Amino acid sequence: MTDATDIKPILEIDNLTVDLPDGNDRRHAVDGVSITVGPREIVCLVGESGSGKSVTAFSVMGLLPKGQLTPSGGEIRLMGENVLTASDERLRELRGARMSMIFQEPMTALNPTMTCGDQIEEVLKTHTDDDQATRQAKIIDILEQVQLPDPPRMAASYPHQLSGGQRQRIMIAMALVLEPVLLIADEPTTALDVTTQEQILKLIKEIQRTHETAVLFITHDFGVVAEIADRVAVMQWGKVVEEGPAEAVLKRPRETYTKMLIGAVPSFTPHGRPRDSKAPVVLTTDGLSKIYGGGGFFQRAREVHAAQNVNLEIRRGETLGIVGESGSGKSTVARCIARLIDPSAGHIYLDDDDIAKASQSRLRHLRRRVQIVFQDPYRSLNPRRTVGASIVEGPMNYGMGHKEAYDRARELMSLVRLDPNALDRFPHQFSGGQRQRICIARALAMGPDLLIADEAVSALDVSVQAQVLELLDDIRRRLDLAMLFITHDLRVAAQVCDTVAVMHRGQVVEYGEAAEVFGNPQHDYTRALFAAAPGRGFDFGGGLTLAAG
Amino acid sequence: MFGFIVQRLLATIPVLGMVAVFVFLMLRLTPGDPAAVLAGDNGTPDQIAQIRESLGLNEPLLVQLGIWLGNILQGDFGQSYFFKKDVSELILLRVEPTLALATTTLILTIVVAVPIGVLAAYRHGTWIDRSVMAFSVAGFSVPVFVLGYILIYLFAMEIDLFPVQGYKPISDGFWPFIHRLVLPSITLSVIYIALIARITRASVLEVLGEDYIRTAYAKGLKPNTVLLKHALRNAAVPIVTVIGIGIALLIGGVVVTESVYNIPGLGRLTVDAVLGRDYPTIQAIIIVFSFVYVVINLLIDLSYSLLDPRIRY
Amino acid sequence: MTEGTEHLVDGAASADAASRKATLWEQVVRNPSVMFGGIVLGIMVLIAVCAPFLGTMDPSDIDPAWRNKKPGTERVITADDGTQSTWTYLMGTDTLGRDTYSRVIYGAQVSLAVGLVVAMLSLAIGLVVGLVSGYIRWLDSIVMRVMDGLMAIPGILLAIALVSLADAGLVTVILAITIPEIPRVVRLVRSIVLSIREEPYVEAAISVGTRVPLILIRHVLPNTIAPLIVQGTYICASAILVEAILSFLGVGIPPETPTWGNIMAEGRILFRVFPHNILFPGIFLAITVLAVNMLGDGLRDTLDPRMRKRL
Repeated sequence: MTDATDIKPILEIDNLTVDLPDGNDRRHAVDGVSITVGPREIVCLVGESGSGKSVTAFSVMGLLPKGQLTPSGGEIRLMGENVLTASDERLRELRGARMSMIFQEPMTALNPTMTCGDQIEEVLKTHTDDDQATRQAKIIDILEQVQLPDPPRMAASYPHQLSGGQRQRIMIAMALVLEPVLLIADEPTTALDVTTQEQILKLIKEIQRTHETAVLFITHDFGVVAEIADRVAVMQWGKVVEEGPAEAVLKRPRETYTKMLIGAVPSFTPHGRPRDSKAPVVLTTDGLSKIYGGGGFFQRAREVHAAQNVNLEIRRGETLGIVGESGSGKSTVARCIARLIDPSAGHIYLDDDDIAKASQSRLRHLRRRVQIVFQDPYRSLNPRRTVGASIVEGPMNYGMGHKEAYDRARELMSLVRLDPNALDRFPHQFSGGQRQRICIARALAMGPDLLIADEAVSALDVSVQAQVLELLDDIRRRLDLAMLFITHDLRVAAQVCDTVAVMHRGQVVEYGEAAEVFGNPQHDYTRALFAAAPGRGFDFGGGLTLAAG
Repeated sequence: MFGFIVQRLLATIPVLGMVAVFVFLMLRLTPGDPAAVLAGDNGTPDQIAQIRESLGLNEPLLVQLGIWLGNILQGDFGQSYFFKKDVSELILLRVEPTLALATTTLILTIVVAVPIGVLAAYRHGTWIDRSVMAFSVAGFSVPVFVLGYILIYLFAMEIDLFPVQGYKPISDGFWPFIHRLVLPSITLSVIYIALIARITRASVLEVLGEDYIRTAYAKGLKPNTVLLKHALRNAAVPIVTVIGIGIALLIGGVVVTESVYNIPGLGRLTVDAVLGRDYPTIQAIIIVFSFVYVVINLLIDLSYSLLDPRIRY
Repeated sequence: MTEGTEHLVDGAASADAASRKATLWEQVVRNPSVMFGGIVLGIMVLIAVCAPFLGTMDPSDIDPAWRNKKPGTERVITADDGTQSTWTYLMGTDTLGRDTYSRVIYGAQVSLAVGLVVAMLSLAIGLVVGLVSGYIRWLDSIVMRVMDGLMAIPGILLAIALVSLADAGLVTVILAITIPEIPRVVRLVRSIVLSIREEPYVEAAISVGTRVPLILIRHVLPNTIAPLIVQGTYICASAILVEAILSFLGVGIPPETPTWGNIMAEGRILFRVFPHNILFPGIFLAITVLAVNMLGDGLRDTLDPRMRKRL
């Protein structure tokens, strides 16, 4: 690299302000943000939801929804040209040719009724005068560059015939086919599994080097930042609170907010809490299996083994984590144990009762001993009922009186660190993290022996996630609960679990004490999974310190 | 694909079976002697006895159903004592005018409704959108026969542009044929246009909110290209579905329109049959119309795979 | 031009969800469609209720001497005590000399009654059948086959056939219009039940031991109310239309009863000379149906924005 002062930046966002429509809690979605992206540079824009990072990215592309978000101040210069004042026609010339964008959801970002090749060709048709043969050659060439197997077949495929990772590669190919100077990536790996994410990140990095593209990379994940960024800008409430080289910001954050965010990223090192091997076993599964489908009249009877011969054991006061990628069957196991779905085979022993085949009436008595907290805090509570009504529903089903139930609900609200007098409020008056606490309170109201958390912190911002994890651990300790923790996030698993089961395609491929599984993984899949975790080499200090035993 | 067609064909059997059972039960569950009802108001005791014999009315209900279904499958819908003809023959004579009216109406509807629906979605929230929506609500609300008479009054009586009533078969020449179909087709299509314009607008609006539309803009495409190439194609399945469901509306409209314009089609026959209490004909018409409706919707189901590559059988 | 980016606003805007919820009723009332539809429909109901006091005469009073009179014709009536008064045929008379104005005003009673009763009946039956079949698997497949069969018969045709079987009368007509509407309500309710039972909050209710009937009442039923109100208005509008069509075709309510359809049926024969017998009831009918439809559209936009794409 030559002297930095000689290089003209590719993108300069200069004091950008974007207004929110009237009636919002704040006036600006983006408030005086300045960021520059130099040639061959990857700048990460990090922040939690609502920080304004995506709005900033969409402003650059000129894709903000008209009439709802309006840039009201500052300039955005792409190679010196202000795009905020550019005409619609000029913007169209720039989009796809000089700057392009890839999005979070590869599943929905491609037109389902056009082949991938046609969608890439559209870019060429719009911006160049190339003839048919040249266009086809360019398409095959770019598909090779994004390392898709058999490019001609890929070009002829429809998006739904490809996997998520392959679709994101198509998106990247489409974005880069005209060699733009700037690539904007809006959470491009968030919707992908961890092993796919690793490959896509690698690809973006590689292709950015060979094409000398400047990249503005939007993410909420500090692991991804550690993996890919040259420089980082941290956003909060529409403002950039800290900016600098990736290494410096991650290792020596100056601002409290940055420190808090980085501190909230769970460490990879298991907590190493001593186990009480004499504690009674609460739950055992024996050969638990769940098979879906089978038996269509004309269609081939396709059976899906969502879970196969799963054998697990949880002791009182312990947390068992099931980790795996999407479709691994981890949630199926959780839902079988909660008897929300009926297992196809095997046994589920709760103490000595087998609940796998229990009838509905017997199940009613067993249900209170197993409770579950779901992933989506926005759909887990009936929006039409007060949170109090949701919490007391269970106890009152089993004959508890109205007054007693509400007294208990107030105690539980305090236990999950919410205002006990907020019982008559509705779910929409609470934030995502608070709702998740309410769901925990509802589960605890039943006095369960086993608490299942099915991706219970996955939808939450990292700082909120840390608080909810801490709460769950505190409750487990205080009430001496057995906990089944389902997660795709290895960092979270490392912090919370005593024992870990790794699931892959419906089977448990590795099962053992957390310290052993994380320290010395035996199965190939486990090793691949761990190696793919972003920011693996970066020690996030383990800011989340869960008190031992 | 072939397996799917067979499967869908088989799936229509219970539906049509259900229809036949309804029609059968309707007559059997009403108080009174079905044979007397079928013979009509002027039926002779001989005719009643003959019907009783041919339908096996002294047998148990299930046997009667069997006999009746067997007859229908052979195309035998019985005798119309009111029109003094075989019912199947009667129906065949009346098919052409109805088919002509339905075809012109369908063409008119699609040609008008889809473009204005797309336009309304594209100009969402503007006066264009509001006028299309206003037309659509009004179209739903004006009764077919009132509209028919207003059109006759304006275009056939005040200005002598079209004949007041009547029908000429296509064998009498194309111009007289189409000339007499203009007003009936407009009358019948208004409610249908209202329906299709509305669903077109709604589905295109829905598609315009999809992520791939954002991708298309990010590629630097012009709004027109995005609208026609990306949005309309993806909105096609719901539009085509509602065109199929709307056939029911069309069939209901045919009955009224043919009465207003004095067109000797199946709709007119329906009314005449009901007024004459000609039950064999009523039964046959219901079964024929339902059959057409089910078959059209089956074809539309099969067309999905052409419109959306995700739907492959 | 940049649809598809609304989520950018949502992230920051969720804070005022609370205040939005509180003003739902205000939104409904302020909606221009609801306002227009409500006011017009209110006037029609008033007309129907107050029909005897709106300067009408007996709507079935036949007077051959005064048949086929154009609107505005005046008639001097001499009462028994010799006093004279003038009666104006505002909308003319029909072929039997009945006062069209009185018949149109009284006709509002039948139309509105049919619309209301059909809507209530089909909603009530459809709700019960839909709720139960949406939750009980084995029953579901049977019920849905029957509904598919019913839906395959075009509605008006089915109504015509049903009417032709029984003696023509108000009850027969109401039943004949109701039966074809039921499958649509069942399908609507069932689709709501099927989507709601997948919601995590329903699963949570199951896992805290809530029994099925309570789950239906507590968690599922409230979600059906808004769509059913909307659907009910559409059914009401279509029922008013179908009743008029049946009467117009001569297979509906007996011709001496004043209904808008009957007045028009009677006016068909001499339409070329005396179009008023079709025009006036036609206008009343169209305005009433328009009002109900607009009410429905307004309610749908405010109560149930997701239903926009359903028809």
